Parts: sequence; structure tokens; C-alpha cells
Amino acid sequence: MNPIYVSRRRNNIIVKFLCLGAAAFGVTWLALILFTLFYNGITGLNLAVFTQDTPPPGSTDGGLRNAIIGSIMMTVIGVGIGAPLGLFAGTYLAEYGKHDKLTSVIRFINDILLSAPSIIIGLFIYGAVVIPMRGFSAIAGCLALAVIVIPVVVRTTEDMLGLVPNPLREAASALGMPRSLVIRRIAYRAARAGLITGVLLATARVAGETAPLLFTALSNQFFSLDLTRTMANLPVTINNFVQSPYAYWKQLAWAGALLITLTVLALNIGARILGAERTSK
Amino acid sequence: MAVESNVMEAAGPYDRARALSAFKVGDVTFYWITRACAISVLLILGGIIVSLIVGAWPALREYGAAFLWTQRWAPSADPPVLGALGPVYGTLVTSVIAMMIAIPVGLGIAVFLTEICPIWLRRPIGLAIELLAGIPSIIYGMWGFFVLGPFLANSFQPFMISVFDGVPVLGAVFAGPPSYLSLFNASLILAIMVLPFITAISVDVFKTVPPVLKEAAYGVGCTNWEVVRNVVIPYTRVGVIGGIMLALGRALGETMAVTFIIGNSFKIQSSIFAPGTTISAAIASEFAESDGLHQSGLILLGLLLFILTFFVLAAARLMLMRLEMKAGN
Repeated sequence: MNPIYVSRRRNNIIVKFLCLGAAAFGVTWLALILFTLFYNGITGLNLAVFTQDTPPPGSTDGGLRNAIIGSIMMTVIGVGIGAPLGLFAGTYLAEYGKHDKLTSVIRFINDILLSAPSIIIGLFIYGAVVIPMRGFSAIAGCLALAVIVIPVVVRTTEDMLGLVPNPLREAASALGMPRSLVIRRIAYRAARAGLITGVLLATARVAGETAPLLFTALSNQFFSLDLTRTMANLPVTINNFVQSPYAYWKQLAWAGALLITLTVLALNIGARILGAERTSK
Repeated sequence: MAVESNVMEAAGPYDRARALSAFKVGDVTFYWITRACAISVLLILGGIIVSLIVGAWPALREYGAAFLWTQRWAPSADPPVLGALGPVYGTLVTSVIAMMIAIPVGLGIAVFLTEICPIWLRRPIGLAIELLAGIPSIIYGMWGFFVLGPFLANSFQPFMISVFDGVPVLGAVFAGPPSYLSLFNASLILAIMVLPFITAISVDVFKTVPPVLKEAAYGVGCTNWEVVRNVVIPYTRVGVIGGIMLALGRALGETMAVTFIIGNSFKIQSSIFAPGTTISAAIASEFAESDGLHQSGLILLGLLLFILTFFVLAAARLMLMRLEMKAGN
């Protein structure tokens, strides 16, 4: 055979193997991380994790009840504040501001906020909420999470509303519907699955966020539902337990990490299934 | 019948006017609510900048530009001496090493997924990589602390140290002793973390290549590699670089994956197997117990990080927007 053909084929095969190796490398990490997580997490997971509060140093019984409930509360409130705000902002970008200079500025800033380091958001909320309130509080943590939720929801809302075919809007307008009703009754309904996907993805994003909570909600060894005081939450509890010298705390940290990961994976997969339903229709 | 029609005639215009005015009010209210929410996005950015500058002001006045090139970090000295050189060095070194690992691997996976992989395998692998992107960073940090750190310190690090022992420059870069907590361990965890971002964006970007171009190249007998190198990469260069910059922005600001395993040492050492610190790790581990000038210094570090990531992310977005416009035309 022509030597040029031989060398071209050889190069092609080498590159194919390198790419295969890269893919194997990436998937191996995922498998390794999930394997250790399940292996260590399941041994630590029992009923006490859900029914008892975080133990004091050195103790060998106790669970994560206060941290689990605190995490759920803060995530729900954070998403509850951030999601509507993001939804409306995304609506403005997609529906009203298509030919507005402001829109491109907002979109650009939003994209930057989307990937801004979350610890900076923590510093911002510390300066804007914790200092004026004279103390760490759960509500500061909720606000920090809300600030992270907003750009995610803005982005997905704008994208999803952009996918709604214009003739739908034109037909509604031709029937005499005012603009706001066209958006709420027609565009929102047509894009509903996509909008929910966005909110689920945002929830998944904040469910495991740790850095912005380190100095806003802090953590609390005891059970508390008071939003104006510090509140226990899973990520910060894990953060504290990992670096502790107590074996039982480390075991609890693995159990908590498994819970967070399962939640986040479930939310991500749920969002994906919903998104897939949308496109197959 | 006649009566009814009279009633309707009388009520008709009234209801109509009322409905119309309700529509009008609803319309205007909805418009302003959405507009206000959209503007609040700008206010958040403004709030971040203002609160960082206000918080950093005492340290900025005390140390001025010298903050940037002072290496000593002694918050409990009297007066406290604070310098950003250590964390800034650590941030840049870990990000650069992480990108050196993640870029080739991430692009390799993207090429594999778009050109080589059998169709039935594309979805599962793509899904696995995307799920990797969704795992919270504290899980990576924890895993690095318990599993990767000990593994590297017992196998990879001693190997590299013995291989490069006595080699002029590299000998200092890979100097011992092996350590559970080091810049290199943090870099590897960062690389694993940003890998999915690079892959996901590259796959999206590779999909913007018009099939006609690729088919034409395959039609004249090009191999997979030649199509990738001569058609796909040149067509998508801007987008790929944009995706890489986006991943770099993540790596620069990543906190929880790094904090556990970097060792929190403000001293700059030539070896990448020595402990160090990054801006975000320094803030995460010291902020809650800091006050006064120390706290202000940490906020100033945060401001530096924000400026750094802002420019990297802005450049990334501009590049991706350029590609989108090209794809739109």
C-alpha cells in the first residue's frame, strides 16, 4: 500500500485510541467517586441519621436530622425567592426586551453571574445581610442561595421561552389577548416543562452549595427552625466533620455526602427526563 | 327576548370597558414586574462590587498596592501583616496545572463523543460526563481528602520525585517530601471537576459544524483525525477557547474541592508537591473566625478573585457569542 495511506491510517488509529483513553479516564473518575461514596456512605446510613441531631465532639451516637431539615428549609426558601425573580427576569429578556439594548447587557452580566465563584456570593451576602443584621442567620444563607439560583433560572427561562413558536403568540394576539396574558397563558404553558427543568437544575445546583453558607448561615449543633439565627445544614456540617479527628463524625460526613449526591443526581435526572419529554412531543 | 337583549346592550359596553381597563392595568403591571426583576440582575452585580469594595476598604488603605507583592500573611502579628502573593500564586498555579490536564482530556472526550463513539454508546457516556458536572464540589473535596490525597502521596508523588531527582529545573518542581496536602493534589481534583464543563461545551460547539462540511471532507477520503483537525477544530476554534476560558473561570474560583487538600500554607514553595493555598481556600478557612483588618484583607482577596474571574468569564462569553453569531448567519 502507498506509504502515505499507511501513515494516515496509523495516525488516525493513534488519535482514536487517545480519545478512547480520555473517555475511559473521565468515566473512571466518576465510577471511582461514586463507588467510594456509596461504599462509605451506606455503612454510615441508618435510621439514627434521620431521627437524631448532630452529636457533640467525641460522642458516638447521633445523626443529621437538624442538618437535613435545615438544608431542605434553606434550599426551598432560597429557590422560592430566587426562582420567581429569575423567571420574571428571563421573561423580560425573552418577551419584552428582544430589541432592547438593556437586554444584551443584562444577558451578558447574567452569564457572568452564572459562573461567578460562589464564595464571592457568600462575601457579598456577608457584607449586605450579616453585618447589618449583626449576626449569622439562616435567612442570610437563604438569600445567598437565592442569588445563585437567579442566574440559572434567568438563563433557562429565556432559552425555553425562545423555543416557543411565534405563531402561537401571534394567534393569541390576533384573538385580542393582551401581551401579559399571551405570555402567562400561552408562552408559559407551552414552555412549562422547560421552565420546571430550569428550576430543578437550579435546585440541584444549590442543594450542595457549601462555600456561600460557610459565613452566612454558619452551622448549628442543635435543632432550630428560627430563620434569624444560625441553622445547621448538610454541606457545612460535612465540611466541619470531614476535618475532625472523630471517626464517627467522618462516618456521618460520608452518610451526609451520599444523601446530598443522591438528591442532586435525582434532581438532575428528573430535569433531564422532563426535558426529554418536551423535545419528543 | 327583547328585554334580555336590552340588558345585554346596556351591560356590554360597560363590561367591555372594564375588562379592557383591567387588561391594560395587568399588562402594564406585568411589564414593570418583569422589567424590575431583569434590572435586579444588574443590581446584584452592583451590590457585589460595592459590598466587596466597602469591605476591602480598610485593608486597601492600610496596605495599598504592596498587598499584591507581599508574601507574608500574619494576621495575628501587631500590626497585622497581610500579603496576597501566596494565595494568588496558588490560585494561578493550581488553575494552570488543572487546565493542562483537563484541556487535552476534555477535548479528547468531546472528539470521541462526536466522531468516534458508536451511536448507542454516545448517550450513556455523555450522560455520565454531565452527571459528573452536577456533583457538588464538596464531594470532590472530601473524596480528594480521604482517597486521592493518600493515594497520590504513596504512589504518584514518590515516583515523580525519584524520576526527577537531580534534574535541574524539574527537580525543584517535583521535590519531596510527598504530602497528602499539596498544590498538585488540589490541581488534579480541579482538573476532574472542570473536565465535564470543557467536554459539554466542546460537544455543543462541535455540533455547530455544518454536516455538509464534514461530509465533504469524509467524501474526499479524510480520516476521522483529519476531519477533526482540518474541519471541526478550525471551524469551532473561538468557541472551544471560550469553553476553556469558562472552565478556567470555574477553576480559579473553586472553593470546596480545594480547601481540604491544599494545606493552607501561605508560604510559596517551588515544589508542586508542597502545601499552598488559593484565594478561595484562604477565605473559606479563615473568614468565619476573622475580624477587623484581617477580615478586610480577606475581602480584599475576594475582590481580587472577583476581578480576575470577571475578566476571564467576560472574555469567554464574548468568544462564545462570536461563535453563536457565526452559527446564526
